Amino acid sequence: MTKLRLDGVVKRFGANTVCDGIDLEVEAGQMVCLIGASGAGKSTLLRCINLLEPIEEGAIWLDGEDISIPGLDPQPVRTRIGMVFQSFNLFPHMTAAENVMLAPRRVHGQSRDELMPKVEELFRRFGLGDRLHHYPDQLSGGQQQRVAIVRALAMRPEVMLFDEVTSALDPQLVGEVLDVLRVLKEEGMTMVLATHEMGFAREAADKVCFLKDGRIVEEGPPSQIFGAPEREETRAFLARTLK
Amino acid sequence: MTKTVSLAALALALSAGSALAEAHAACAEGLTLEDGTLTIATGNPAYYPWVMDDTPESGEGFEAAVAYAIAAEMGFEAENVTWVRSSFDEAIQPGAKNFDFNLQQYSITPEREEIVDFSVPYYTAPMAVLLAPGVESEATMEALQGLKWGAVGSTTAVPMLTDVIQPEQDLLLYGDNADVNAAMGAGQIDAALFDLPTAMFLSAVMIEGSTVLGQFAAEGEGDQFGLLFEDGNELKACADAAIAALEESGELAAIEAEWLQSATGIPLIE
Amino acid sequence: MTEARTRGPLPRTRRQIYEDRLRRRSLLIAGGSTALVFGALFLLIPLAPGWEKVQRVFFNGEVFARTLPGLLEAFVLDVAIFAWSVPMIAVLGLLVALARDVSNPALYPLRIFATVFTDVFRGVPVVLTVYLIGFGIPGLGLPRPWNSPYIWGTVALVLTYSAYVAEIFRSGIESVHASQRAAAQSLGLRDKDVMRYVILPQAIRRVVPAQMNMLIALQKDVALLSFIGPVEIFRQAGVYKSLMANFTPYVGAALIFLAVTVPATRYADYLLAKQRRQRS
Repeated sequence: MTKLRLDGVVKRFGANTVCDGIDLEVEAGQMVCLIGASGAGKSTLLRCINLLEPIEEGAIWLDGEDISIPGLDPQPVRTRIGMVFQSFNLFPHMTAAENVMLAPRRVHGQSRDELMPKVEELFRRFGLGDRLHHYPDQLSGGQQQRVAIVRALAMRPEVMLFDEVTSALDPQLVGEVLDVLRVLKEEGMTMVLATHEMGFAREAADKVCFLKDGRIVEEGPPSQIFGAPEREETRAFLARTLK
Repeated sequence: MTKTVSLAALALALSAGSALAEAHAACAEGLTLEDGTLTIATGNPAYYPWVMDDTPESGEGFEAAVAYAIAAEMGFEAENVTWVRSSFDEAIQPGAKNFDFNLQQYSITPEREEIVDFSVPYYTAPMAVLLAPGVESEATMEALQGLKWGAVGSTTAVPMLTDVIQPEQDLLLYGDNADVNAAMGAGQIDAALFDLPTAMFLSAVMIEGSTVLGQFAAEGEGDQFGLLFEDGNELKACADAAIAALEESGELAAIEAEWLQSATGIPLIE
Repeated sequence: MTEARTRGPLPRTRRQIYEDRLRRRSLLIAGGSTALVFGALFLLIPLAPGWEKVQRVFFNGEVFARTLPGLLEAFVLDVAIFAWSVPMIAVLGLLVALARDVSNPALYPLRIFATVFTDVFRGVPVVLTVYLIGFGIPGLGLPRPWNSPYIWGTVALVLTYSAYVAEIFRSGIESVHASQRAAAQSLGLRDKDVMRYVILPQAIRRVVPAQMNMLIALQKDVALLSFIGPVEIFRQAGVYKSLMANFTPYVGAALIFLAVTVPATRYADYLLAKQRRQRS
């Protein structure tokens, strides 16, 4: 079943075309990795899917419903699509638990008491058990990013978007965040990642898309993209990256 | 009309001055800022009826006329009088002054006399109550205490209000007559305390509909206006002599009669 | 590392000995030069020919002692006006700051109003606003007590300071990085919740030191209300000055102001420095 579909998505900033007609299908429970050089349009594409950026042309479908109609209220859509950012973007004035509970309380009207057991459970599952009442600046990068993931999960989204979530982390902290992604995949979460972690993409992705200059140059299972890329650009990119 | 009358007065003052000039000329010699010239300061702006149209050079208005009369007594021709402007603060701050004497309704008080020198008084002003438009009151102390009072903060009306009248409500104090006028216009005060000539001027010219309720007896509560000198200025003795001579000759009373409205008819407040 | 620390004081390194010596030397020089300058001021100024007169008119102990109680009493009014103005300024300033950022087209007039409001009240001297509002609005014919200069003087201060405070709040709002807004939006929060729970708490915290400086300025500008009647400390000092022909009451008033504003200024500086340390 197709969970998310993009048809010819075009995103421009002024004269600069960042996404130039992108088609993409994501099946329910799939993990799709977007790879490509910085500036290829991966992050912008994720922001478009979450309706943080309006698109110029094309359409985005979630469960067969066009969510890119101009003028559509983005808020209900965003509750169904979670997003995690490269720089964590935790709210610095709130504790980890408050970060996680804010949206469920405000959007779903759930109470703190009702949420707390679930939040505690999520924190335990992702190795954050004793960090509930810490402020972001008291946490390591890896812990902050895991809190950010828990924060997005607390809204019970149908799709999760990850925008280079390990790029700002020290190398020894990358693994703990990738472990979380593996767990989510096992649980059947539909995920789209923009990532530079080629090893992880190769091992865990169901589908890998190589972007260049706002277009998907090549897509396929990781074995194809990493093992036998068909396009010259893909080969050149991988040769540079995996050197 | 006023102009011709006042010019006549000026001429009178000058002729009287020249007759006595010789007697007093020696007195002021070498004591003025500039030899042969008398430099007099007044307020900025200077108000009716003390100075007409804010031009003391015309000799019109009570203080302008008094100044020229004193100058003449001291042996200065009218053209040898120059005017400068000064605020109250400039007059009392330490350091050299840019005037020989300063007149702008300075009330003589013992505290002020510790810092500056005053001549003998050239006028004694009774305090008077100015009622805001539409306000009525009896001229009794008891009725006055119930009013909302205002005054100009730099005048001796303030101690008079706080010590003698003792109103029931807070006093409101202002920077100058114009602000008192504005406060009356805004209905913020019922009454204000001024020296009588100022009160009469304000009610007649500046604040339409306001009335002078009454005056306090000049003795005791009255304000004596004196010329202000820098502390220790020896010119003071000449000015005192000049004022005394003007008083004796009746000229001071004549100037007062010409420029200050008759206070008769303004009831006394007991 | 930790082990070494718990073992007791280590012998001082060469560097520490060197730095201690430097510190002692600069302390000595600073103390010496300060003593020299102040000593010279205290000894030389009284030698000036006009000193005696200046002292009598500005620093007259007798006048000071006589007027200080009255000045303190008048200062209570300053404090009261300050105290009731501050909450109103905070609320109005925040509302104006928010109104300047509304995107709803129906509220566009509000946005224009807020922009004009900040431009006008920041551009007009406070004294003029105090006069215009303090005399002008009651002059329209309001009955007592609604024409009180206390009310309208306060309104003038609140309007003026709200304009400044609004701009500071706005700079605080703009200083919160766009990624915070994006993160909040991506969670499905409504715009008003994004502002209320995510942006504003951070923005307000950041501008506390700047707002402290506004409070200090306000404490001084309260004196401007004296122009329209209220006898606060500045006017009271003026009355004493006129009666005694002596500026010492102003010096007394200044000292009272300083007693309040210097600690406040130090505290604001401390907050600023703390914030700078946290950010770096």
